[in-house]
Amino acid sequence: MLLLIPVLPLLGFLINASFGRRISKSAAGAVACAAMVASFAVSALEVWQLVSLTEESRAIVNHAFTWIASGDLIVGLTLRLDPLSAVMILVVTGIGSLIHLYSTAYMHEEPEAEYARYFSYLNLFAAFMLVLVLGSNFLVMFVGWEGVGLCSYLLIGFWYQKKSASDAGKKAFIVNRIGDFGFILGVLLAFVRFGSVDFQEIARSAATLSPETTFGTVSLITLLLFVGATGKSAQIPLFVWLPDAMEGPTPVSALIHAATMVTAGVYMIGRNAVLFSHAPQTLAIVAVIGAATALMAGTIGLVQNDIKRVLAYSTVSQLGYMFLAMGVGAYGAGIFHLYTHAFFKALLFLGSGALIHALHGEQDLRHMGGLKKNLPITYWTFLIGALAIAGVPGLAGFFSKDEILSSTYFSGHRLLWAVGLLTALLTAIYMFRLVLLAFWGPSPSASAAQGASAAQGASVVQGDHVPEHPAPEHAALQHPAPHQAPQHLAPSTRLHDAPPAMALVLIVLAAGSVLAGYAGLGGRFEHFLEPSFTAQVIGSVRLPPSPEASASANASARQIDGGTETLLTVTASVTAILGILIAIAYFLKNRGAADALAEKFAGLHRVLLNKYYVDEVYEATVVEPIHIVSRDGLWRAIDARVLDGAVNGVGETVGGLSELLRHVQTGSVRAYAGSLFFGAVMILGYYLWK
Amino acid sequence: MTFPILSSLIGLPVLGAVLLLFVRGVDEEQTARAARQIALIVSVLVFGETLLLWSRFNPASADFQFVERYAWIPAFGISYAVGVDGISLFLLALTGFLTPIALLSSWESVHTRTKAFCIFVLLLESAMMGVFVSLDLFLFYVFWDAMLVPMYFLIGIWGYERRLYAAIKFMLYTMAGSVLMLLAILGLAILHYTTTGSYSFDLLKLYALTVPRPMQFWFFLAFALAFAIKVPLFPFHTWLPDAHVEAPTAGSVILAGVLLKMGTYGLVRFAFPLFPLAAEFFSPALALLAVAGIIYGALVAMVQPDLKKLVAYSSVSHLGFVVLGITAMNMQGVQGAVYQMLNHGVSTGGLFLIVGMLSDRRHTRLISEFGGLKKVMPHLVAAFLLVTLSSIGLPGLNGFVGEFLILLGAFRWDPRMAAFAATGVILSATYMLWMFQRVNYGTVDNEKNSMLPDLRPREWVVIVPIIATAILMGVLPNLFLRPIEPSVERLLNQIHQSSTTRILARATEPSALRPQPSPIHQPPATSAVGRVLPPSQNASADRRGLGGGGLDPADRRVRKDPPYSSSGVAR
Repeated sequence: MLLLIPVLPLLGFLINASFGRRISKSAAGAVACAAMVASFAVSALEVWQLVSLTEESRAIVNHAFTWIASGDLIVGLTLRLDPLSAVMILVVTGIGSLIHLYSTAYMHEEPEAEYARYFSYLNLFAAFMLVLVLGSNFLVMFVGWEGVGLCSYLLIGFWYQKKSASDAGKKAFIVNRIGDFGFILGVLLAFVRFGSVDFQEIARSAATLSPETTFGTVSLITLLLFVGATGKSAQIPLFVWLPDAMEGPTPVSALIHAATMVTAGVYMIGRNAVLFSHAPQTLAIVAVIGAATALMAGTIGLVQNDIKRVLAYSTVSQLGYMFLAMGVGAYGAGIFHLYTHAFFKALLFLGSGALIHALHGEQDLRHMGGLKKNLPITYWTFLIGALAIAGVPGLAGFFSKDEILSSTYFSGHRLLWAVGLLTALLTAIYMFRLVLLAFWGPSPSASAAQGASAAQGASVVQGDHVPEHPAPEHAALQHPAPHQAPQHLAPSTRLHDAPPAMALVLIVLAAGSVLAGYAGLGGRFEHFLEPSFTAQVIGSVRLPPSPEASASANASARQIDGGTETLLTVTASVTAILGILIAIAYFLKNRGAADALAEKFAGLHRVLLNKYYVDEVYEATVVEPIHIVSRDGLWRAIDARVLDGAVNGVGETVGGLSELLRHVQTGSVRAYAGSLFFGAVMILGYYLWK
Repeated sequence: MTFPILSSLIGLPVLGAVLLLFVRGVDEEQTARAARQIALIVSVLVFGETLLLWSRFNPASADFQFVERYAWIPAFGISYAVGVDGISLFLLALTGFLTPIALLSSWESVHTRTKAFCIFVLLLESAMMGVFVSLDLFLFYVFWDAMLVPMYFLIGIWGYERRLYAAIKFMLYTMAGSVLMLLAILGLAILHYTTTGSYSFDLLKLYALTVPRPMQFWFFLAFALAFAIKVPLFPFHTWLPDAHVEAPTAGSVILAGVLLKMGTYGLVRFAFPLFPLAAEFFSPALALLAVAGIIYGALVAMVQPDLKKLVAYSSVSHLGFVVLGITAMNMQGVQGAVYQMLNHGVSTGGLFLIVGMLSDRRHTRLISEFGGLKKVMPHLVAAFLLVTLSSIGLPGLNGFVGEFLILLGAFRWDPRMAAFAATGVILSATYMLWMFQRVNYGTVDNEKNSMLPDLRPREWVVIVPIIATAILMGVLPNLFLRPIEPSVERLLNQIHQSSTTRILARATEPSALRPQPSPIHQPPATSAVGRVLPPSQNASADRRGLGGGGLDPADRRVRKDPPYSSSGVAR
């Protein structure tokens, strides 16, 4: 049965990939949606079965066949459902289904073949993600791990005629591969160390060890695995692909950012919680990287003008939160945030998609404004998403973010907690900057002149920064005309709010963004997950959790200190509201102040706008040198001159020698006879002498 | 008397070639058509036979099966001896699989002297089969050299502009290596004479021979050079890009798909088991060259402007993996290497087919001449994508299984080697996807590309089996790994047996207990596993593990000559 969960979307993929050109758009969309919904239904059924098992024996295993067997390496194609993967499959199939449904409307302008191609990739994406979360060993996980990388490549580069899109797709794949390099080595080392690639067996072996006090083998394994996670989940230093990933259709961004792909790294750490718990040094690195990424992405998000780019950096930032949680050993809190984040991030991306759809491809915030009257559904649902991500009390993001912050605090990492809090403030600010710029204020048509001057001001500040305005997406081929926003926005009465399929999805997700957090009341969510983070031996006797970095230890510390916890919650709430107020002050009441601030700190502003020049630095220090060395050094010098030169040199020398030898061939019979005789004498002489 | 299936694998293509000699139509056109059809039928029959062989093959046995043995030149102990084991089984199937595909791929592009073309392809197939089944070194050498001739003509007659240069370079380069190998083979036969009183070229008898140490080194070097050139191992690879670029599509497919494997096969079958001490001594050096080749080939592939050259350099990189797996000399390494040989045949063969299709259409192979092909030829590009993914080792497709096993084998031997080799994972994605993007994505800028026809029926027939095989080998690798395993195990036992004696001798020396060379803390539970061996060998493996890879000079100094006496050489 478990096998059906990934196989159903795979079937959808196969149908659309083979017959997509021959069936109508509605049929292609229906196949894809049906595959996802069916997969969701099976998932729900399986999870229900799982929950009905006793707490100690909550696992369903489905062994299909032995995949690879070589000597002592035996890898089964085995799927395993436990509380952690249960949460994941529900998120992937649930949110995934909604995104599929939304896409049927969003992608409707595509020609038939492209439409089917889009849905086939979407199905495949979900299928690989499900393999990733259900795989019971590293290699099966790796199938999904690389598979989602492939699908992101295909979907980000979906509009392949656009160079920026195919560049972004390629970048996603290659950056992911850099992470996979670490991941593979981590898996190899884990196998050599523990004699297995199975998660359960590794956890069982690891649980018998004591946590490493120095940087030992387990630390190295986990660090290498974490390198893989930084690639997949867009953390420092491999986050560069995710912001570019918005080149894909917007629902794809929603899928990548919410349901699939980027959550994989967080999930992988959760899956190997026992292993990571035994490597406190790696955990510290994870926490620091997570916090640093959260802060860095938050600061970049503050100044970006492309609505999807802001959201992309917010994802990077929120993922940083999740890693922070993992790093302080609060695995449950990290997964909880992953789950709530899936709702509101999907909502925000799909909402921005509705916005972009309504504006015929416009995605520059500077060309928007006052849209709340025209797009009420989009506005209200988007607002809920923004409130949720900002961490306003009562909404989903509040619960999980609060969990992470207080776990961090109680783990003793006060500085990381402060960074987390600062990031929370930034999150509220940039999200509401986005809301206010897009939906509030004057519409650009009403004050075209003002908008133009603002844009001008911005470009002055930008200085050398050129490609800020990426070609809006739907425009790619269907609307080749350049996008001057005022043209589109002028007749604002013609703006259409989200069509039914899209509106329905937005409303469902908005409801989720409000309610999802209540699943975690009283620590229920984390309690449910707890078995997945401890090693279980056969017979379901739990091994004692490692003393350090354990979520339960954390919880007990917390119970003692209830007062502090309340204080922390209040601090987080106040921070979120403070951020919103700051955004209102700068971007609603007095926009001039924001511009003035930007001009005052022009240098900083430029650095942020250009994303700390990380891409440029990578280009200059890694990509270009490799390219030049390969072309001019290895190929043209070593290969062509040295190696081939040597070969040809030998050839010429031999040629020259034969030229000399040619003179021996005189054609004179007497000379031949003479030499023959001489040779015979020599041979005879040799034997006689011997 | 059972049916001599292996001989028929060699003989049937020759029969076909002879038959073709007599084909004569009313005009050139008709002759060509008849020749193509007959050659195709023959090669499909041969492929069917290889499948039959697979189905009859006993996967549990490690021994050579379907052995045939007839005296040929008894005075010198030369016999016609053929047999197949798990290592060669799939190479035969691969040869059988790729030959009809290669014929089909040149169905229209070869239109001069078609009959001769078909004859050469069939003769080539016969020689390749012979190389993989020979159990007699002399016979092996005959096939090894015989294979050069048809390949030489395939490149020299039906190749592109600089075909003569490429053909002669290919010929001379390979000959240079194989002459030394011939000397080593003769040396072995003489050694057999001096120890047992009779000449023999029989591989199994020579396996049992105790070759004195210094001799092992020289013979190993002679064999290894011949094979390294064929593989081609960095830095002996420069003949390959030229040969590939100039060869017709069929030539490239067979060259990449099968011919290169003869080098790695030779290492596994001859160089390593015949000269285990030398193999052990030289394997770190070979592995270094292999890793250098992985990285070097990938980097040079990245900057190639020509599609065929790009694929050719990628072969250097991929075959580096194979050699690395062999030098690891443990189960995963060698099994992965054998598997990777098959993978490379399928995926690189597929890549050359695709490049051939593009060059048939546009008569150019320059990447810059293409762009936006996905719009024009969606099916061809979809096939291209699948073959590309198989080549970069996406899990679920064939390439991954081989690469992973090799990396695991290498990691157990020396983690540093595996770490450097694993960068190939990144680099292969880089050069392949960049090429793929430039050829297929973007807009159609070049007018000549705007009207290209999509896959033709014949091309479907060519590419679908490749893709199906790639998927099959990725999803059900055990189908292939299971028959390979016993033979690899036997091979490893054989190689390690001799070193066991050595290690036993050495273990009494305190110097044997020097610290691990590995930079990584070896965990207590598995620290002893330097190279994984079957249980019976574990005790010795543990000791070997302590010594790390290879011999060091100190060790050679301590151990003067036992257990082998070098006195047999002089007379």
